[in-house]
Parts: sequence; structure tokens; C-alpha cells
Amino acid sequence: MSTANQAGASHRIGVQLLLLLLIILFCVFPFYWMVTTSLKTQVLALESPPVWVFEPTFANYTEVLGKDGVGKTLINSLIVAVSTTVLAVLLGCPAAYALARFEFRGKKDLWFWFITNRMVSPIVLALPFFLIVRQIGLLDTHLVLILIYLTFNLPIVIWICTDQFRAVPFDLNEAAMLEGASQWRIFRSICLPLAMPSVAVSAIFSFIFSWNELMYALVLTRNEAKTAPAMAVSFMEGYNLPYGKIMATSTLIVIPVVVFALIASKHLVRGLTMGAVK
Amino acid sequence: MSATTRRPTIIAFLGPSVLTLIIIGIGPLLYAVWTSLHYFNLTKLKQVEFIGVENYATVLSDSAFWDAMGRTFLLLGISLPIQIALGLCIALLLHQPGLTFLKTITRLSLVLPMATTYAVVGLLGQVMFNLNYGVVNQLFGFLGFDPINWLGDTTNAFITIIFWDIWQWTPFVTLVLLAGLTTVPSEIEEAAKLETKRWTTILRYIQLPYLLPALTAVLILRTADTLKLFDMVFTLTRGGPGASTELISLLIQRVGFRAFDQGLASAQAIILLLVTIVLSQLYIRLLYKEVR
Repeated sequence: MSTANQAGASHRIGVQLLLLLLIILFCVFPFYWMVTTSLKTQVLALESPPVWVFEPTFANYTEVLGKDGVGKTLINSLIVAVSTTVLAVLLGCPAAYALARFEFRGKKDLWFWFITNRMVSPIVLALPFFLIVRQIGLLDTHLVLILIYLTFNLPIVIWICTDQFRAVPFDLNEAAMLEGASQWRIFRSICLPLAMPSVAVSAIFSFIFSWNELMYALVLTRNEAKTAPAMAVSFMEGYNLPYGKIMATSTLIVIPVVVFALIASKHLVRGLTMGAVK
Repeated sequence: MSATTRRPTIIAFLGPSVLTLIIIGIGPLLYAVWTSLHYFNLTKLKQVEFIGVENYATVLSDSAFWDAMGRTFLLLGISLPIQIALGLCIALLLHQPGLTFLKTITRLSLVLPMATTYAVVGLLGQVMFNLNYGVVNQLFGFLGFDPINWLGDTTNAFITIIFWDIWQWTPFVTLVLLAGLTTVPSEIEEAAKLETKRWTTILRYIQLPYLLPALTAVLILRTADTLKLFDMVFTLTRGGPGASTELISLLIQRVGFRAFDQGLASAQAIILLLVTIVLSQLYIRLLYKEVR
């Protein structure tokens, strides 16, 4: 009886093991393929059927970073993503504090507005934004992307941080108020330091979303402020596609995001559902 | 707590971000409403004129618009059930005891597809599903199939889009459902496991009630995200061949920026926005009970 049970148990563990490995393979394989293709020469990349074992070369990387100017677009992406994240955190934290601590009319409508921002398709704003920006001559500047990315970053930051500020014990507020501290002082010196982990998580989200964004970048930039994803897309024009170079650029784009996402992996669900599922 | 907070204080805390969002969010939106009521073509800017709701009438009777909407919901209708089924199975697997280390690795690798830049997913799709050089056809070849023209055929291109949507978002569904599973009180789950050995019974009567919020969130967010879906499809197929993978966001982008008819595109976008607002309402009503 007990041996049968043990056999059953180890059999079940075996099935589990197999399934888990399958899932990992399914998730990781496209990555593996992206990285290996980026290490192939163009001739090798166009081999039919594809080759699995080959002499890797970094030629694609040196070429895209040097001659093709992908380096500059990566820097553009970095400038835009960091600036919009800093702005979103600076503007969003006080707002989150207000939503967590103050009672006022229209609070529900404000929440609803933020949620709607999470859902709205970027194309809805891309159309008018393009026309306005074109009128005032700001097309193809970092500023435009930094501002429009706030439309999705600010709600995310406010959302995640509000949750955290709520978790800070209210006793601390009351004690500080008895001491005569202003709300700003309480926010700066007591609540913000305690909410720092969440602020960091929301900053990571804001960075990832901005870094990954393509549509606004495609519509609102041309050369000067072109971001890395928009650059990767522009390789797709023409007949003979430079697969190695496209995959090298893709790898360069994806690696920082993956690192950040792994750091924040515990909070991914909370961030993507705006706190509805913890 | 609240009665003592003065109005100026609230405005000082909330004002800057609300003002920013009004300027960059609401302002352009109002402009889009204005554009949608005009004949507004980027190549004929001299001829901008007020035409009332004519653009809306055109959109609502335009088969291209409804076809794109139909394709968007077809994609959702096919890939979401698969994502939920797969996601639930994987979540239940990860929820089982044992093999802790390997499960941690699995959870981390689930993060990879979600984090991948959407545009890169499309580019990767082009490389992997290429007719001649693609690894997918090579793998199919090992199984004895002839090479399949994935991206050049209308049906196959749509299947390719479905595949990548499933690859990228099943992990999201999995992690949301896994978060839901952990809300089941362990005493109840343990007690149920003593009563029955059938996991379907436990799922149906014990776990499902706790999974409902997670499922609702998945349903509404995946709907909204599919309506938003642009980057991956744009880099993979540009909506083609023909219009076979032209989802709603791609249609609006094409009308606005490649056919230059900003008026019509704005009308389409406003209609899309109205759908989105309804979805957001649902999301809040069903999931944020403490707010309402």
C-alpha cells in the first residue's frame, strides 16, 4: 500500500517536473532564438533550414551601435523613459497621498478617470496630439513623448502609491498633527519614507511602459527624438531584411526591461491590474 | 481626519497632477471631438469644414470599421479562452506543493513574455514564422509537415497573431489566477482535500468562488488590452495580408496617418473611447467595491 502510494507520488512529481520544464521552454525559447539570431551573420541568418550550432559573432551589435545609430535611439529612449518616470513620481506621490488621506468631493470620479486612462487605446490620444504638436512645432522632440507618456504613467504611480499610503498607520499622522506638523511635513518626513518601496515599484513600471512604447514614438518622432523600438521597426523596410541586425537591436531593447521586470516580478500583477488583484 | 483638512491643502497635493492630466489628456481629447465633427484631411488642410456628425454616420455604416471591430473581438474570443484555460492549469500546477525551486524558476520565466517589448514580439514573430528561414517551419518539418506560409496567408497570419498573443499574455493570466488561488484560506482547502480526491470538485466548489475577482479582472483587462493592441500586430503584419489582421487600433492609425483622414479617424477613436469608458465602469463596479 505504502509503496504504491510512494510510486504514485514520485510519478506525480515526475509529471509535474516535465510540465514545468515545458512551460519554461515555451517562455524562454523565443528569447533564446532572438539572442542567437542576433549573433549570426546575415548569410547564416538566411540559412534554410535554420542552423542551431554556429560560430557566434558580435558584428551585428557593433554595426547597429556604430554605423546605424541605434545607440542614439537607445539614449533617446533612456532620456524619455527616465524623465517621464521622474515627473510621474514627483507629481504622482503627493496626489496619491491626498487620495489616501483626505476626503473630498469628486474623489470617486477621480478614481474612475484614472482607471479609464489605463484602458484607453493610445491611438485615441495620438491623433489630436499629433495635430497639436505639429501646430506648435514640437514634433520630434523628447518633451512631447515625456508629456504624453505621463497619461499612462501618472495613473499607475498614483494607483500603486495610494495603496501604500493607506497602509501607513494613521496614528503616525495624528501624533504628528498634535505636534503641529503641517500635512506637507507629515507627507515628506513620515509617510513618503515608509512608502518608498511602492514608489520604487511604480517607478519601475513607469520606466518599463515608457521604454516599451511604440505607437506614440512612431507618430510623434522622426529622427532627432526617435526611440529604440521605432528604430527597430524602421529596419523592416525594404526587401532583404537584415534579420541579425533587427534581432541585435531587439535584444538591446529587451534586456533592460527584463532585468527591471524580474526585480519587480512580485508586484507585476498588482501593477498590471491597478491593484484590483493583489 | 478629513474634516480638518483644508481645501487649499488638498489642492496643493492634488492640483499639479490633475492639472497635468487635464492639459495632456482632456485637452487633446476635446480637440479630437472637434476634429471628428469636421472634414479634416491632412493633405487638404485648406478645405477643413464643419460637417456635423457625418463622420460618425460614415463610421457606423462603414464595413471596414465593423470588420476591424469584428476581427478584434474574434482575436479576443479565440485567444482569451485559451489563455484562461492554460493559465488556470499552470496556476493550479504552481499552486501544488513540492519542487519549490523549479516553480520559482517557472514563475520568473513567466515574467519574460510579459516584459518583452510588444514591438519586439512582432519582429521576433517575423523571424521565427518566416516561410523559408523560420524555425517554426523547421520544427513543423521534423513532425513531417510541409512548410506553412504563416505570414503570407490571411488565415495563417491571423493564427500567428493569436499565437503571439497567447505567448505574451498567458503568463499574465496565470499570475493573476495564482494570486487569486492564494486567497483561498488554507484550512478550507486542506479540509476539502480530506473529503475528496478529485481536483475538479475542489476547483469548482472551493477555489472558483475565490477566483471570481481574478477572472473578472482578466476578462475586462484583456478586452481593453486587445482593443489597444497595436505594436505587436503592426510590426508583425502591418494589418495584412489584405486587411486580414487589421485590428481596430491599426485601422484608426491607417485612416489617420496613412490615408490622412483625421476627421474620420477621430470619429472612430471617439467611438472606441466610449466602448472603453463602459469597460472601465464595469471594472470599477465589479472590482473596487470599497470605492463605490
